[in-house]
Amino acid sequence: MKNATAGTLESGDILINIGPGEGLQVNLQSSVAAQFGRQIKAVITDTLEGLGIKDACVEAIDKGALDCTIRARVTAAAVRATGKDVWKD
Amino acid sequence: MRNSKVVSLEEAIRRSGLQNGQTISFHHHFRGGDKVVNMVVDKLAQMGFKDLKLAASSLSDVHAPLVEHIKNGVITGISTSGLRGALADAISHGLMEEPVVFRSHGGRGSAIANGELKIDVAFLGACSSDELGNATGHGANSICGSLGYALPDARYASHVVVLTDDLVAYPNMPQSISAADVESVVVVDSVGDSTKIAAGAIRDSKNPRDILLAKQAAKVIINSGYFQDGFSIQTGTGGASLAAVKYIREEMINRGIKASFALGGITAHMVKLHQEGLIGTLIDVQSFDKVAAESIAVDPAHREVSAVEYASGQHLGSATHALDIVILSALEVDTDFNVNVLVGSDGIIRGAIGGHQDTAADSALSIIVCPLLRGRIPCVVPHVTTLITPGPSVDVVVTEYGIAVNPGRPEIAQRLKEAGLKVVPITELAAKASSIIGKPDPLPFGDKVVGVVMNRDGSVLDKIYNIQ
Repeated sequence: MKNATAGTLESGDILINIGPGEGLQVNLQSSVAAQFGRQIKAVITDTLEGLGIKDACVEAIDKGALDCTIRARVTAAAVRATGKDVWKD
Repeated sequence: MRNSKVVSLEEAIRRSGLQNGQTISFHHHFRGGDKVVNMVVDKLAQMGFKDLKLAASSLSDVHAPLVEHIKNGVITGISTSGLRGALADAISHGLMEEPVVFRSHGGRGSAIANGELKIDVAFLGACSSDELGNATGHGANSICGSLGYALPDARYASHVVVLTDDLVAYPNMPQSISAADVESVVVVDSVGDSTKIAAGAIRDSKNPRDILLAKQAAKVIINSGYFQDGFSIQTGTGGASLAAVKYIREEMINRGIKASFALGGITAHMVKLHQEGLIGTLIDVQSFDKVAAESIAVDPAHREVSAVEYASGQHLGSATHALDIVILSALEVDTDFNVNVLVGSDGIIRGAIGGHQDTAADSALSIIVCPLLRGRIPCVVPHVTTLITPGPSVDVVVTEYGIAVNPGRPEIAQRLKEAGLKVVPITELAAKASSIIGKPDPLPFGDKVVGVVMNRDGSVLDKIYNIQ
């Protein structure tokens, strides 16, 4: 796995950076952390586990993204980081 | 001139007889460009004053330096319509021992007029003044137009100091603030940053969601039963509100309908309709942009009113009592139609009551326009974080997912349905929002009261607790 990013810092989006790690580590900065931080982290780890990724370090900067956006950005970053194109399958 | 009232700021303060523990007041017509509040409080701090109560018509980002004056005990109480920026953030986290008192613009006017809010010394910035204190919102260095929020202070404060950066020859007439109410005039280098006092006309929103909301709001108005010749209207300055004016204008022309007056904060949009003959009188408590500020100086049918004449709930002659339709925004609306425009969904104060309570309560038809979600933040919720405008005074809520009508106004729901608009129960909107974003965790509020929200009749509506 190499370092890769997806997403932007626009309002309603989330910037995801994925790199090598041991276990799944998620560091989240969010404009809605108090109310939704727990849910956002859960969506990130669920998405990675769904892609079969068990070891990664994720830096996420969230600007109020919805779950669908978070899943899309995490998937795109994971594909770039692993080189494994999940959309072809 | 004989009997000139012009003195230095320090001398004006000495002459006022101001004592520790007393109340000083300010207006917010210079908006984000204001230099008067910081300048005066800095001077009061230098002169050794403590324990002062600051009664502002509103406060914004530019007043962040007050944080230090609060820490140093110079300011120990605040009343205002709104708070934003670093000052709001610090207060939300528990900076002050005494809770901030939040009043609507009409509520503040009433409280000053009936003595509940007693002002010892008013420090009123003006764009021009003569040596006796005839002062206006028009000057060589800046213009703000109406001084409506300063007029109750000028009339009822025990002592009035006018601050200006444009001293003109007597008589400075027609005047907003009368020399009869003024004790001292202070000439300063600058009362504010003119580019931030009156910006050019607010640009039309190109945001497609704003345009959709505006079209829906216009359809609600047109089919509400109140869209008749001689109707009256007030709008906010939000993108959707202003865009709605555009669609209402088209329909006024199509049907040959004219409005008797437009009320409140006046924008270039309203001035345009007035100049086209579509609106009779502009009743202006606050000129929101340069076009409005210039118009009020020259157009006899563009009138300045005080906050009391605008929106007092205790004066039956106030203009809101004659208002048919108001379009308002919201941070949150709940399933009982209660509205919050003051406290963000993170628990931090980030807004102002403004005329929200007043116009919603007195108008024949109050319409709240807000998106269902702002990013991940829901705008239609089971319970508002803070109660600002009580549900019974809110008639219609317009979102991009449908229009909810207060069950107390079945005749309006009927008219909108007959016009083919998508009328839905407000609980359905809250459920839709929740289905997209999930269930938010509760905010980490503490047990210290940092703000008290007053109703316009002087009763307490809600309390704001510190956020941890």
